Amino acid sequence: MTRDEIKATMLRILGAIAPEADLAHLEPDVNLRDQLDLDSMDFLNFAIALHEALHVEIPEADYPKLATLQGGIEHLEALVARRENR
Amino acid sequence: MAEFVMPILGADMEAGTLVAWRKKPGDAVERGEIVAEVETDKGLIEVEIFTSGVIEKILVEPGAKVAVGTVLAIIREEGMPGDLVPSPPAVSSAVPSLPPSVPAPAAAKQLGPAVETARRRVSPAARKRAASLGVDLDAVQGRGPGSAIGLEDVERAAAERAATEAAAPAARQARVRQTIAAAMARSKREIPHYYLSTTIDMQRAVAWLGEQNLKRPITERLLHGVLLIKAVALALREVPELNALWMEGQAAPRSAIHVGVAISLRGGGLVAPALHDADRQSLDALMRGFRDLVMRARAGSLRSSELSDPTITVTSLGDQGVETVFGVIYPPQVAIVGFGKVVERPWSVGGAVVSHPVVTATLSADHRVTDGHRGGVFLAAVDRLLQDPDRL
Repeated sequence: MTRDEIKATMLRILGAIAPEADLAHLEPDVNLRDQLDLDSMDFLNFAIALHEALHVEIPEADYPKLATLQGGIEHLEALVARRENR
Repeated sequence: MAEFVMPILGADMEAGTLVAWRKKPGDAVERGEIVAEVETDKGLIEVEIFTSGVIEKILVEPGAKVAVGTVLAIIREEGMPGDLVPSPPAVSSAVPSLPPSVPAPAAAKQLGPAVETARRRVSPAARKRAASLGVDLDAVQGRGPGSAIGLEDVERAAAERAATEAAAPAARQARVRQTIAAAMARSKREIPHYYLSTTIDMQRAVAWLGEQNLKRPITERLLHGVLLIKAVALALREVPELNALWMEGQAAPRSAIHVGVAISLRGGGLVAPALHDADRQSLDALMRGFRDLVMRARAGSLRSSELSDPTITVTSLGDQGVETVFGVIYPPQVAIVGFGKVVERPWSVGGAVVSHPVVTATLSADHRVTDGHRGGVFLAAVDRLLQDPDRL
């Protein structure tokens, strides 16, 4: 799975949670919760949807790694690569 | 015979639009089953029935906006034979009576000798139906001979309008705003609030939650908000006078504890549907219910009992928000509990200052019903319960 595919997956999930958001103009390094006004339930749903779409485990301790779009892409890319190489 | 009526789904709801029936005459229905969909300022609501039996007759057709309390259908209760029953008595309800405020513009126009309308050919049945549905005849396209407007044209126009309204988030948002304005203005006008606040050590609760979530698959993880809701529900058993509704000049205590959870809607507005019997549910069941409620509240598909049942409300402005929130009581409830975000703060333990996660819990309560002392006992109980998360 490529970086672009991971990014597209993240954006699709965020679009479902925040349908009114202008995802094309997301700042890659700014906290998603601040940019999109996500509450803890939204963030949990975000993590669950990533888990289901990418088949990766996301422990609670790793939530901070998903805080920004850029950080999320990098972390998920590593997780997906680990799964694919197993 | 039992009547299935337009329910009241909020303190200020006067009328609702019947959008669809899920059942037809002759269908069996069970208590708690969803039988109709109603459009209100809270969105599309699935309305449950509280009688088991068989739908004898449907009195209100989809598209009709009717006042709260209007009989929508007649139910033959279980054990009553159908053939002994005379034809339903509710003929007058077929043209529902409406509070004057609801269809006024359109109906008033029809009553006056409007020249435009007078020239159009409208069947008497269609005219009557338009008045009852609040449909503006000027906006209806007639498909009868010579473009005459028939009954079906009026009903089609009403159904189209209901569909448009349901699909228009902006219109829904404006109505949510109006409802909040009316409820909150009434609350501040009528309810003498008193306010209490306390800081609760969340060290044990947060540590317990961390351990739990480490063991759980992601789909079964808990949010700390569920612990707070359960602690409130259990504390209400100790101070039951806060779990009441103010009706006809006095407090009516409620035995069941249905905790309304304030859920903000994206783009503005909020609703506070109930988690039923929150004191008797496990944390897992509460979490599932909470997640489901948030999802359905934001999609605009709550159930009637969820909107009409709360006996108290819990509000939290979330973990991105503030440390303290004092809520405004949602009438006819008599209390609202507020939680700020959980934050790390200096905390004194055995003479040493350490850093602990803490949360500010507040109570806004109706002084006609309780006094500050009992409110304080309640908040102390919430604090005590949160120190022993295993027993929540």
